[in-house]
Amino acid sequence: MTAATLSVENLETHFFTKAGVLKAVNDVSFEVRQGKILGLVGESGSGKSVTGFSIMGLVDPPGRIVGGRVRFKGQDIVGMPEDQIRKLRGNRIAMIFQDPMMTLNPVLKVETQMIEAVQAHDSVDRKTAWTRARDALGQVGIPSPEERLAAYPHQFSGGMRQRVAIAIALLNKPDLIVADEPTTALDVTIQGQILYEVQKLARETRTALIWITHDLSVVASLADEICVMYAGRIVERGSVDEVLDRPAHPYTAGLIGSVPSRNEKGKPLVQIPGVMPSMLNLPSGCAFRLRCSHADATCCDEPKPRGHLRQVRCCHPLAEIA
Amino acid sequence: MAGPIVELKGVSKRFVKGLDAAARLAAKLGANVREEVVHAVDRVDLAVNEGEVVGLVGESGCGKSTLGRIVAGILPQSDGEMLYRGRKLSDLPDRERIRAALAVQMIFQDPFASLNPRMRVADIIGEAPLHHGLTDGANAETYVDETMRRVGLDPGYKRRYPHQFSGGQRQRIGIARALAVKPEFVVCDESVAALDVSIQAQILNLFIELRRQLNLTYLFISHDLGVVRHLSDRVVIMYLGRVVEEGTTDELFARPNHPYTVALLGEIPRLDTRKRVFAPVKGEIPSPLNPPSGCHFHPRCPHAMARCKTEAPALREIAPGRRSSCHLNDAT
Repeated sequence: MTAATLSVENLETHFFTKAGVLKAVNDVSFEVRQGKILGLVGESGSGKSVTGFSIMGLVDPPGRIVGGRVRFKGQDIVGMPEDQIRKLRGNRIAMIFQDPMMTLNPVLKVETQMIEAVQAHDSVDRKTAWTRARDALGQVGIPSPEERLAAYPHQFSGGMRQRVAIAIALLNKPDLIVADEPTTALDVTIQGQILYEVQKLARETRTALIWITHDLSVVASLADEICVMYAGRIVERGSVDEVLDRPAHPYTAGLIGSVPSRNEKGKPLVQIPGVMPSMLNLPSGCAFRLRCSHADATCCDEPKPRGHLRQVRCCHPLAEIA
Repeated sequence: MAGPIVELKGVSKRFVKGLDAAARLAAKLGANVREEVVHAVDRVDLAVNEGEVVGLVGESGCGKSTLGRIVAGILPQSDGEMLYRGRKLSDLPDRERIRAALAVQMIFQDPFASLNPRMRVADIIGEAPLHHGLTDGANAETYVDETMRRVGLDPGYKRRYPHQFSGGQRQRIGIARALAVKPEFVVCDESVAALDVSIQAQILNLFIELRRQLNLTYLFISHDLGVVRHLSDRVVIMYLGRVVEEGTTDELFARPNHPYTVALLGEIPRLDTRKRVFAPVKGEIPSPLNPPSGCHFHPRCPHAMARCKTEAPALREIAPGRRSSCHLNDAT
């Protein structure tokens, strides 16, 4: 078995706000291997994006990584000096954001931005960098890349802009890409196109991919492994088939039940009562217990994770964990 | 079955961007400048029967929201007629026209932008029924309480402002506001799109429950085919301002006719399809400013023929209750 491209061990990222300490990422562990796609699923405020930012070393104050390790090819990047992280970021590890307008500079041509990204990590001349930029655009399915390189971001449609962002992430042939809700803002047919490109990419370039999303169905068709996050913790982890067919955590089961296509037409959906608690004011013990129909007195104690690769954090798992 | 509660006949909506002073001057001097016209909705016929849920599906820019707004009476149509229970609104006497307008209400997409941040929940919900005489000053409080309970809100929170509520609760406030004037017909424009999955399920359940209790009719606008399939009796698919296909939900999902519908259904990621290979439809959604000639879908269509480039296919009945606009149906 090859070593993991990225392994996150007991990561803790806290935000020190005036109202108190917010544990956005709380004891999170997972790993991704070469050519594999990991789906990180959760609702708003579950800490999935902060996990992505922590891997990239992009957590801004008042947030801080207070514990755990992020090993990229065996090397711990938490607490690494900024100049060394910069050598990795955008080069060996790249990120794709939800809103491509946030990634692209509106006043610079696409070619300027792409050539800059190549030359930041590689001492090549402009011509070579331009060729690489053109090839990357072609790779993500942008028609006539030579002409499109000279365009500004606003001249692209939403889907095309997201392709440009993906192309920039690909420029230096990274070993790991962290994609934070990259298709959420896109239409169904355009989302299909992007997912197609991403799948092809993971297969051809053997890039490891972390796909952060709230959409279980996207993960079902794309990923190899799933981590489900709730209130800053990974509550369930396992292969796509295991987690979706035999969910062990009541929250995962509730999420799957909430998807309309899983329910008989016109019948009420299986719903999770209540709302996600404020991260500043989490209930003691299992954070899900106030919304859970299986909860009892034992849930007031923090549930220990059961299992290793197939893992669940619940006192009353719905499925057997080996 | 009762007749249609709302019926659209050949309704179009054009948005015209007029020329500014400089462009008008240039035009006088003989330059080739023209007004930009967007055909957001292009000759749409649609009938919604009493008690029915009609799903209106399409991607960005297809005109589904514009159509919803025309139905709700927020936007006037440029052409065509809208009938409420078989009668044109403009022909009705004043009092009946107001009643008809109140009977059609809308629930919006964004629960953050659609509530006035400076009004208390009690006023947001209570203002319209008080104004229209559905309740009086003495009973207004209990009226608001009842409406809030109906949508699953605690009336104890009625003195609060919208920012003190979560997204799902705000959407409930929006629903309560629409229901407060006792509508028969509700236009839901992407009403669950902004919500998390677990909250979305709660709101969808509320829609199902309210329909049963109050005998409501819905026009449910969404880009999410899973949601539409679950809720609707009938589905209408739009592409670039035109209706391309229409049919009962089961029929349309089982046997899509129009190539666009086929592509759209093929793209939905589903929970039970694992590690599938995506085979996406090519190309992008064209700009409605400059739509392709003939059939709007022909540049992306795998079955396009020469005829599709020049002639727009009519929306024709291909089976009882089933309409589609594609030249391929002529061949058979």
